[in-house]
Amino acid sequence: MYKYNEFDEAFLAERNAQFRAQVERRIDGSLTEDEFKPLRLMNGVYLQLHAYMLRVAIPYGTLNSGQMRTLALLAEKWDKGYGHFTTRQNIQYNWPRLRDLPDMLDALGEVGLHAIQTSGNTIRNTTADHFAGAAADELTDPRPYAELIRQWSTDHPEFQFLGRKFKIAITGSGSDRAVIKAHDVGLQVVEQDGKTGFKVIVGGGLGRTPMIGQVLREFLPQADLLPYLESVLTVYNVLGRRDNKYKARIKITVSENGIDTYRAMTEEAFMAIRGQYDGTDQELLEEIKTHFAAPEFRSGSTEAFDAAYANDPVFRAWADTNLHPHRKGDHAIVTISVKAHGATPGDATGEQMRVMADLGEQYAYDELRISHQQNVILPHVHKNDLPAIHAKLKQHGLATANVGLISDIIACPGMDYCALATARSIPVAQEIATRFDELKMEHDIGHLQIKISGCINACGHHHVGHIGILGLDRAGVENYQITLGGDATETAAIGTRTGPGFAYDEIVPAVERIVEVYMAQRESAEETFLETYRRIGMEPFKAALYPEAQKKVA
Amino acid sequence: MPRAFTPKVITANDLLEGDVIYFTAQDTWTRELSEAELITDEAEAQLRLIEAEKQNIKIVGAYLADAKAGPNGPEPTHFREEFRRTGPSNYFHGKQEAEANV
Ligand code: HEM
Ligand code: SF4
Repeated sequence: MYKYNEFDEAFLAERNAQFRAQVERRIDGSLTEDEFKPLRLMNGVYLQLHAYMLRVAIPYGTLNSGQMRTLALLAEKWDKGYGHFTTRQNIQYNWPRLRDLPDMLDALGEVGLHAIQTSGNTIRNTTADHFAGAAADELTDPRPYAELIRQWSTDHPEFQFLGRKFKIAITGSGSDRAVIKAHDVGLQVVEQDGKTGFKVIVGGGLGRTPMIGQVLREFLPQADLLPYLESVLTVYNVLGRRDNKYKARIKITVSENGIDTYRAMTEEAFMAIRGQYDGTDQELLEEIKTHFAAPEFRSGSTEAFDAAYANDPVFRAWADTNLHPHRKGDHAIVTISVKAHGATPGDATGEQMRVMADLGEQYAYDELRISHQQNVILPHVHKNDLPAIHAKLKQHGLATANVGLISDIIACPGMDYCALATARSIPVAQEIATRFDELKMEHDIGHLQIKISGCINACGHHHVGHIGILGLDRAGVENYQITLGGDATETAAIGTRTGPGFAYDEIVPAVERIVEVYMAQRESAEETFLETYRRIGMEPFKAALYPEAQKKVA
Repeated sequence: MPRAFTPKVITANDLLEGDVIYFTAQDTWTRELSEAELITDEAEAQLRLIEAEKQNIKIVGAYLADAKAGPNGPEPTHFREEFRRTGPSNYFHGKQEAEANV
């Protein structure tokens, strides 16, 4: 894993010391809130409904056990005992006090974590496939490139005051687990004539104007990554609109000017910039790559796994949903569901974090991941260790066998925490998960992703949920709009609205009716919800959701 | 025609704790909405907000929030202010927890 060098450590320590002084000056009155706010935001400190919120980056979702233990420490020492993993491979703490924040940042700094560029109009945490370096279907581990991007973009003076936030995601596999088509820039590692490079996608994004990204370059040689990205950003800085903050996103720039113009301008800028890169970045990349070398995988029989799988139905159900093929046949990738039925999606207690850290250390070569789906992953596990891991997870409420199922919901904090929210999201997720658990249907329903946001900013990715739910305020009452057919993978699509929204107490029954239509219409248990939707279209779902409207038409 | 003015309270977050506070008629801050000053005149509301904002050293982000008179003082009229008054609905945290501990 990437390890900080002395320069990085000194940089973080100095940065934290600066922030400590700024906090002191705010408290003694020498800084007004107007002066202090941009400074705190540069260090990941927001003010939400009930308290401050600290957002910590987990670069490309990768962390080691020591870092996970520090996340647990922050939760227990300075917060209310838990943290919230987000869709951007960050963790948020909901209850810190202003005075404690510098101590929290120092504790993070000691293990090489920070909150820089987790807020503001800058290049945010570059996210990556959470199975990077482990998945059987992967071409190349994308994380060294993500780390290169991080080092290049962190505190880069040109990228501190962009028109708007800027998000980059990267995958090394053809199966897109990083939602690259819904980011400002999406990168997919590809090979051409035996050479490594990237497919570059730009102009994706969710929020109030959801868009699927378009291909800017089919193949970009590896060595050109930084100059090309810099060119993309330069064009965005030049062409991007600053008259209206909602239009200051690259997706708008690309759609208003057309991908061909954007491409021509990027290539032109690239020609001008490329010469300034003298190859040092490639030397750095080679150095970074050594830190991402695969661990020395154990090998051995998988007898213990096979026996448990054959004899223990609870273990089998968990293995069927929560494991994913590893590139080494006797290993598996474990997704730990942080979505127990009825719990807050993505929340883990300090104790749970420590349990996961211990498991990572003991069984997963000291590595963990945070997924954009708000779960935690042990990327490399020998199959024979799975029964022991499962037993331990069970003791701590972490063995829910629901990954990819209807209760594995992404939900943003919504009105329970977020100052921008127009309605709640968490309780809606809790109630849907609880309801389908009661019905004992979720394994039968199979792969189905529900994603919920509490406002149009779409932090909960509702546009790309198979079933998307958007909470709104309709005349002072919570109201929920439903979209169907969204897809966050390589076949990405923005969902379509079903029609008028539903009141808070109607939303769970509405989801049930949607699921009933699917169950009645699917050709077989193998046909997923999304496949059925694509085959039969919106109408049958509309008919079930709005029977009154159908009658009027008839 | 301008919309009729609806009563307001002044609310903000506490600088140190970050929690929700309300401005009283005595120019102090309280954690109880019921103890807040209910302002029924539009011009008065703007003046009171300026007064509240002078306490920049104690507070963050003061604004006027809709409220109505209740039997025990001001009450929220919108669910957002109801959540700010009580705390999140997924955990017993925030104000609801603090009150249980008194
Ligand atoms: C609670 C504090 C948060 C605030 C104030 C906040 C604010 C915002 C805003 C204003 C946007 C829209 C940006 C734009 O379109 O220009 C946005 C987008 C987004 N946020 Fe958040 N957010 C918060 C929490 C979260 C959390 C907890 C998650 C993950 C669960 C998240 C993930 C995202 C994502 C993925 C987008 C992307 C939408 C896009 O692609 O345009 N945010 N957020
Ligand atoms: S979608 Fe809206 S409510 Fe949800 S976290 Fe983002 S800004 Fe807050």
